[in-house]
Amino acid sequence: MQVSLNVNGQAVTLDAAPNTLLVQAIREHLELTGTHVGCDTAQCGACTVIMNGSAVKSCNVLLAQAQGASITTIEGLALPDGTLHPMQTAFKECHGLQCGFCTPGMVMSAVDLCQKMPHASAHDIRDMLEGNLCRCTGYQNIVLAVQQGAAAMKA
Amino acid sequence: MYAFHYERPTTLAQAIEQLKAGGQALAGGQTLLASMKQRLLAPELLVDLGGIAALQGIAKDGDDLIINAFTSHQTVAHHALVLQHIPGLAQLANGIGDKQIRAMGTLGGSVANNDPAACYPAAVLALGATVVTDRRSLAAEDFFQGLYSTALEPGELITAIRFPIPQRAAYAKFKQSASRFALVGVFVAQTHAGVRVAVTGASNGVFRHAGLEAALNKSFTPEAARAVVIDASELNGDLHASADYRAHLITVQTERAVRQALA
Repeated sequence: MQVSLNVNGQAVTLDAAPNTLLVQAIREHLELTGTHVGCDTAQCGACTVIMNGSAVKSCNVLLAQAQGASITTIEGLALPDGTLHPMQTAFKECHGLQCGFCTPGMVMSAVDLCQKMPHASAHDIRDMLEGNLCRCTGYQNIVLAVQQGAAAMKA
Repeated sequence: MYAFHYERPTTLAQAIEQLKAGGQALAGGQTLLASMKQRLLAPELLVDLGGIAALQGIAKDGDDLIINAFTSHQTVAHHALVLQHIPGLAQLANGIGDKQIRAMGTLGGSVANNDPAACYPAAVLALGATVVTDRRSLAAEDFFQGLYSTALEPGELITAIRFPIPQRAAYAKFKQSASRFALVGVFVAQTHAGVRVAVTGASNGVFRHAGLEAALNKSFTPEAARAVVIDASELNGDLHASADYRAHLITVQTERAVRQALA
């Protein structure tokens, strides 16, 4: 079947089987491998992308459900000249990562939460990042990074 | 995941046609797709309801709030009409799963699935809501029939839920922290027909608790709820919590819900 959607500002049409997951389309068809598959059971959030303005777990969404949707992946955050998104900069500066596997999902989830809740407290951030797991348990710096990123996004 | 055929109808009539032909309705898919990946389910035809505008939206009709079936948890949680008229329902929606799940998961999907630990069935039952399908209206009491079972016939589709606006209502959930489902969740509603208390997570399916309702009808206070003895013999126990522990949680969560409703 054919599915048309917009990924990181570019219109794409994919020819894929109905049982193709959104994350497979992103990683295997579009070769955007920044979006990770951690658990494949919608627990860990490493596959988080922003779809029509909300963070979703792309391992738990069919490509077909994204017909006509606008998707932003981690590759779509930085400017074309390589300037990082303020949230990416904040994760880098605050060392909001250890092994880095969960990071693309954490950053996408953080961008989504700051867009919806620009004045989120540290408690709100922990609450809203519930769907993203860091197996290195590096949450302290992740929360600091999201606070710094939130401030930079408002600036 | 096994291969399947996929349809994305744009009208309810088309969807019903495809469901009658044996299709499995796909709402947000947050439980269905995970179950298909685990090969617990293998539908031959998925009927994606995401293209049907008539299944989305929230409206007030007299003393009722009508929430169409494809409305996401995220939308319910933040919708002005829900926040104004049944804030306890918005609060419940905002505590389902995590925010990624809430962006996709829908009211109709959750209610049709009737997971014994899901949050929404408690609200539907406690508020005395009516489940509206493509062919009839069902009282919540008649709709939920225990463990993943409902009164839905093959090919029948929930189109909306009609919630009578209560005087007060609140939901208190003690979350199973890995699944984020309710270890025990209690929805308390003070309605024109009296207090209704629905419990999820503690048994084979959502149920009303007559003892708590009687006590809260006499005195709508946390103390009244605390004095009610909860019988653990009908409750379930598993590696996460014993039946006795769940019985205790019913008391605690009812007290919390009453306190929130009064706040």
